[in-house]
Amino acid sequence: MATVATSSSLNGASRWRGFFSGQRRWALGMLALAVLGFVFYQYLVPELDSSARASVNRWLPIISTNEALVWVICALGLNIVVGYAGLLDLGFVAFWAIGGYVAGWLMSDFFHQVNVHILGSVAETVPGIHLNFWVVLIIGALVCAFFGVIIGAPTLRLRSDYLALVTLGFGEIIPQVFTNGENFFGFNLSNGTKGITPVDPIEGAVFSPDGSVEFGNLGPFHLTSKYVIFVIITAVVVFISLRIRDGRLGRAWLAIREDELAASSMGVPLMRTKLAAYAVGAVAGGLAGVAFATHVGSVLPDRFNFSISITLLAMVVLGGMGNVWGVMIGALGLAWFNSTGLPQFGNAFNESFGTEINFPSYNYLIFGLVLVLMMLFRREGLLPETRTRLVLREPGRTELESMGAELEDPAPELEVLVRADEQAHHPVDPDQPATTKSSGSGS
Amino acid sequence: MTGTGPSLAKGSANGTATAAESTPAAVGTEPVLLADRITMRFGGLVAVNNVTFDIPPRSVVSLIGPNGAGKTTFFNALTGIYDLTGGRVLLAGKDIGGLSPHKIASLGIARTFQNIRLFGLMTAEENLKVAMHSHLKSGLIRTVLRSPRQRREEREAHESAMELLDYVGIGKSADEYARNLSYGDQRRLEVARALALRPKVLLLDEPTAGMNPRESAEFTAFVQRLRGDRDVAILLIEHDMSVVMRVSDRITVLDRGEKIAEGGPDEIKSNTRVIEAYLGKAEREAGA
Repeated sequence: MATVATSSSLNGASRWRGFFSGQRRWALGMLALAVLGFVFYQYLVPELDSSARASVNRWLPIISTNEALVWVICALGLNIVVGYAGLLDLGFVAFWAIGGYVAGWLMSDFFHQVNVHILGSVAETVPGIHLNFWVVLIIGALVCAFFGVIIGAPTLRLRSDYLALVTLGFGEIIPQVFTNGENFFGFNLSNGTKGITPVDPIEGAVFSPDGSVEFGNLGPFHLTSKYVIFVIITAVVVFISLRIRDGRLGRAWLAIREDELAASSMGVPLMRTKLAAYAVGAVAGGLAGVAFATHVGSVLPDRFNFSISITLLAMVVLGGMGNVWGVMIGALGLAWFNSTGLPQFGNAFNESFGTEINFPSYNYLIFGLVLVLMMLFRREGLLPETRTRLVLREPGRTELESMGAELEDPAPELEVLVRADEQAHHPVDPDQPATTKSSGSGS
Repeated sequence: MTGTGPSLAKGSANGTATAAESTPAAVGTEPVLLADRITMRFGGLVAVNNVTFDIPPRSVVSLIGPNGAGKTTFFNALTGIYDLTGGRVLLAGKDIGGLSPHKIASLGIARTFQNIRLFGLMTAEENLKVAMHSHLKSGLIRTVLRSPRQRREEREAHESAMELLDYVGIGKSADEYARNLSYGDQRRLEVARALALRPKVLLLDEPTAGMNPRESAEFTAFVQRLRGDRDVAILLIEHDMSVVMRVSDRITVLDRGEKIAEGGPDEIKSNTRVIEAYLGKAEREAGA
C-alpha cells in the first residue's frame, strides 16, 4: 500500500513540475547567474566608486572567476570518470597538461621553423603555428580523448585501488615528460621548465568599457570577453554531461559503477564503456587545458602537479559526485577559496590581530580539514545526486529486512512515546533513527 | 534460425503452438544451447568435469545437485565469466567459447544471479534499459544531439521496458530504485532484466531461494507461463524439488563436477545414484 502511494504521488509531482523539472531549473538558474556575473563585471563594477571597486577586486576579482571556470570545466570532466563511471582517477592533471601543451604548440611561435596560419590571431609573417582558438580547442579535446584511450587501455583492466595507483602514475609521468621535454630524443617538445610563452591571444568579441562591442584580439585586460568564452565552454561541457548521462552510454556507466559483473552479464562491454568514460572526461580536461593556456597566456610545466589532481578530486567529492551542478558549485567554491578567499581572509585576519600568519601556505591543511569534516557530517557532498544520497543515508530495503525485528515499526500508538524517548536520548543525531524509521514505515 | 526476431520483446503471446509451427523443423532437433564436454579447473580443483549437456528449444531444463556440485560454476562457464579449461559451448550452432560475457549476453544467453545483483541505485526501468544496451544503437554524438532516431529508440526502449515490467507484475514500481523493492519484486525484476536482453536461453540461478512456499508456487507458474509466451529456453538451478519436479522437461544432476544422471522428473526421482548423492536428503522436504 505504502509503496503504491509513494510511487503514484511521485509520478503526479513529476508531471506537475513538467517543463521546469530539476535539471532544467538548475540549468536556467546557473545561466542566470552567469549572465548576472557578466553584467556585474562589465557594467556594474566600472560604475562603482573606487573603494567599492577595490573590495570587489580583492574579494571577487574577475581573473579568479575566470580561473574558477577553468577548474569547473576540468572538474566536470573528472566527474564523468569518477562520478558517473565510478573509476577513481588520481592523475587527471595529465589531460589538463596535454590540453595546455596542445594550445602551446598550436598557438605560439614555439615551432618557429614552420609558418602555419589558420584563422590565427597574429600577422601572417610571424613564424610558428598559429591556429584559431576555437580550432585549437577542438584539436586539444580530440588529442586528449586519444590520450584518454591510450592511458585507459592498459590501466582499465585493473580494479579500484590498483587503477587509482596507475592513474596516479600517469598523472606524474605526463607532466614530467613536459618538464624534461627540452630534449625529447633530440627534439624540443616542450621547452622544458621555461615553458611555452607567449600563447596567442584569443580572437573574439571585445567588450569595451564604453559598452561597444567589436571583433578583435583579446588583450590581457579584456577579461569579461574571456569570461564569456569560458562560460560558453562550461555550458557545452555541462550540456554534453547531462545529455550523455540520460542516454544509453550514461546508463551503462552507472551500471558499471553499481556492479561490473552484472553489467557485463547484461551485454554492457566493460572495456569499451570505461574507455568511453575516460575519453569523454579527457575531452573536458583538454578543453580546460586550452582555456587555461589562453587564460594565463603561457604554458608552464610547474603548474601541472599532483596537487591539481587532488584538488580536482576534492572538488568533485565536495560538490557531490555524479551531480553536474554539485560539482560545479564545489569547483567554483574551492577554486575561489584557493585563489582569493584564503589569502584575503588571511590578510584580514593578520590586519585585525596583528599576526603574520601565512594563510595561503596552509591551504592543503584547510582542504584536508574540510574534507574530513565533510566525510564525517555530509559524506554525499554539498549537492549530491539523488542516488548517492540514498546509498549513504538510507539502508536498502532488503538490508533493513535482513537486520530483523529491532527495526520493525513499533505500534503506531507507541510512536509518539518512542520519538520523545529518542529525542531525550539522542538529541543531536537526527539521521540514524529517523532514516531507519522512515524506511521501515515505507515497507 | 531460432526465431528470435526483433519483435520478441513484444512477446509472442498468441500461444506456443503457432510459434513452433512457424519456425523451421530444424529447430526442433537442434538444441539452442549445447555444452560439449565442458571442463573447468581451478588449480588442482576440478569444479566441472567433462560435462556434456544440451537444451532443446523452448524447454525447461533443471540442473540440480548437492552444494558444491559445480552448478554455479557451470553457469559461469556458459556465460563467459570463466574461461573454459576444456570443451566448447554452442549457442544455436555458433561456438561461443572464449567470448567475453557481454558478447555472450548479446548473442542470447541471459542470466539471473544466486544472490540478486541488480543495479540497486537505478530505477527498475533503468535496470531493464541497461540490459537493452546491445540492442540500442545510438552512439555518443547522436545521444548528445538527441537526434530523432535516438529519441525514437529511447521511446521504444521505454515502452518495451514497461511492457516487461508489467509482464512480471511490477509495472507500478517502474520508477522505484531497485534496492527499495521487496525481495520478491527484486527477483522478478532480475528476471525481467534478463528478458530485456531478448535471450534465446535464460539461466536462472536459484530463483526461489529465500521465497516462502506460496511465492515459489507463484514462481513455478510464472516459469511455465514464461516459456510459452517468450520463446525462450530455460536452464534452472534450483534446490526446491517441488519447483524442479513441476516445471522441468528434463533434469540433469551434477555431483562433484560430474554429470551423474539425466532424464525426466520421474526417471530422476527413481535413479539410485541420484538418491544416493542428493535426493535421499532432499526427498523429505520436497514431499514428492
